[in-house]
Amino acid sequence: MTGADVLLLALGAVAVGAGALVVGTRHLVRAGLWLVVCLGALAGDYLVLTAELVAWVQVLIYVGAVVVLLLFAVMLTRAPIGPSDDLDRPGWPAALVGAGSGLGLAVLLVDAFRWSRVELPAAGTAERLGEQVFRSWVLPFEVLSVLLLAALVGAIVLSRPDIGRLTERTEPAAAAGDEGGRR
Amino acid sequence: MRPVIPYVTAALLFGLGGYGVLRRRNAVLVLMAVELMLNAVNLVLVTADTTVRAVLPHSGQVFALFVIVLAAAEIGVGLAIVLQLYRLRASVTVDDVPLAERSSEGAAR
Repeated sequence: MTGADVLLLALGAVAVGAGALVVGTRHLVRAGLWLVVCLGALAGDYLVLTAELVAWVQVLIYVGAVVVLLLFAVMLTRAPIGPSDDLDRPGWPAALVGAGSGLGLAVLLVDAFRWSRVELPAAGTAERLGEQVFRSWVLPFEVLSVLLLAALVGAIVLSRPDIGRLTERTEPAAAAGDEGGRR
Repeated sequence: MRPVIPYVTAALLFGLGGYGVLRRRNAVLVLMAVELMLNAVNLVLVTADTTVRAVLPHSGQVFALFVIVLAAAEIGVGLAIVLQLYRLRASVTVDDVPLAERSSEGAAR
């Protein structure tokens, strides 16, 4: 056991424990806050695994943006202070599927790697990853940008009810007049 | 570095995420569980990058970046759908989402 192994074990235990609290807690807001702990521990894991850029991107996008969005959604929909009882449905099938897939994958991976040891490769700095992205993975990168644009437009269309309503009505002129009157 | 430690962490996180997706009734909590599963996949990709010497170096980490971008797009559209659902029904319980009601509603109109 080297220092890296101890760090990986500790961060992994934190991540799994916080993940269990995310899916187990009865406080809506606390689930989001435990998600921050879980994602932060995973960012630490990436740092130990020498994936510097991925770790910082994880902190920026997941902890910085995705969790904030999720907490916004919690606040906008319903934010009861204190525990809520109606968050879960009876969960034996879920526990069976979750434990089955998790433990099954764990057994598979333990059997594949045993207690073997590898040397850590050169660190994945922004320079090296950028070289790979723009040399070998340019097409997927560009396709991803188109996908982000599509997701952006989709989210805007979904969250504006007046766009869908205009096309649903039979008389667009009446609908436009209605819109103007409401404004 | 023993690669089995992060691999087992990722497997357990994936199991927890699957459990959460099936167990939770609140749509926002379902999305959080999906994030857990995506992060487990990311951890597998980054760990595989250290254990497998690929032809292209750092492919696993590049894929992890792509998965993070996909997760960001997914959460944006997913939360837009959830908020729209809340606006229509004043609840985000996934059990109550009508899957077959839409066609009859359209006919009634």
